[in-house]
Amino acid sequence: MNDIKVYALSTCIHCRNAKKYLDECGVKYECVHVDELTGDERKKIVQEVKERNPAVSFPTIVIKDKVIVGFHKDQIDKALKED
Amino acid sequence: MDAGQLYEMLKKVQEPKGYHFNADMDMTMPLLESLLTNKERFGYMACPCRLANGDYEADKDILCPCVYREEDVKEYGACFCALYVSKEFNEGTIEKRVVPERRPPEKILF
Repeated sequence: MNDIKVYALSTCIHCRNAKKYLDECGVKYECVHVDELTGDERKKIVQEVKERNPAVSFPTIVIKDKVIVGFHKDQIDKALKED
Repeated sequence: MDAGQLYEMLKKVQEPKGYHFNADMDMTMPLLESLLTNKERFGYMACPCRLANGDYEADKDILCPCVYREEDVKEYGACFCALYVSKEFNEGTIEKRVVPERRPPEKILF
């Protein structure tokens, strides 16, 4: 359950709801607020998001090797079960 | 200005155009607050659900209401953030789906 990464924006409601849902699921995850990054760090993370989700939209949630674009409860449930 | 005042102000302008605020206030109010956050951050109300460049010219397409709203509301009944929705969306007569990103990723400058 430790390999969950959430690329989010601090101002985005779908990101907020997705994180809330992951909290409710009781899982631990690493969250990066991309809008709060600057310079090289931002560049690096945007590139990382692009590789996983070419649309560079948020939230981009990575659970193990599954990439979930947008807040989809069903896809999160499925990916967590496959853990 | 607070989110409540912004709500009243925009409602008057947008509703006659057929764009309604999402009736789910747990979505709408935080989104309006985020618009005000972005106004403070950048000087303009960039879409809260997109990665803004912080440059007015480069973010012109995502100034709320963004240029993608029309097509998204037409196709999905909601804009990308789901701040603006159609009457049918609020009435629950259309399926609520996650709106995919329409903005080309090239618009995000590194």
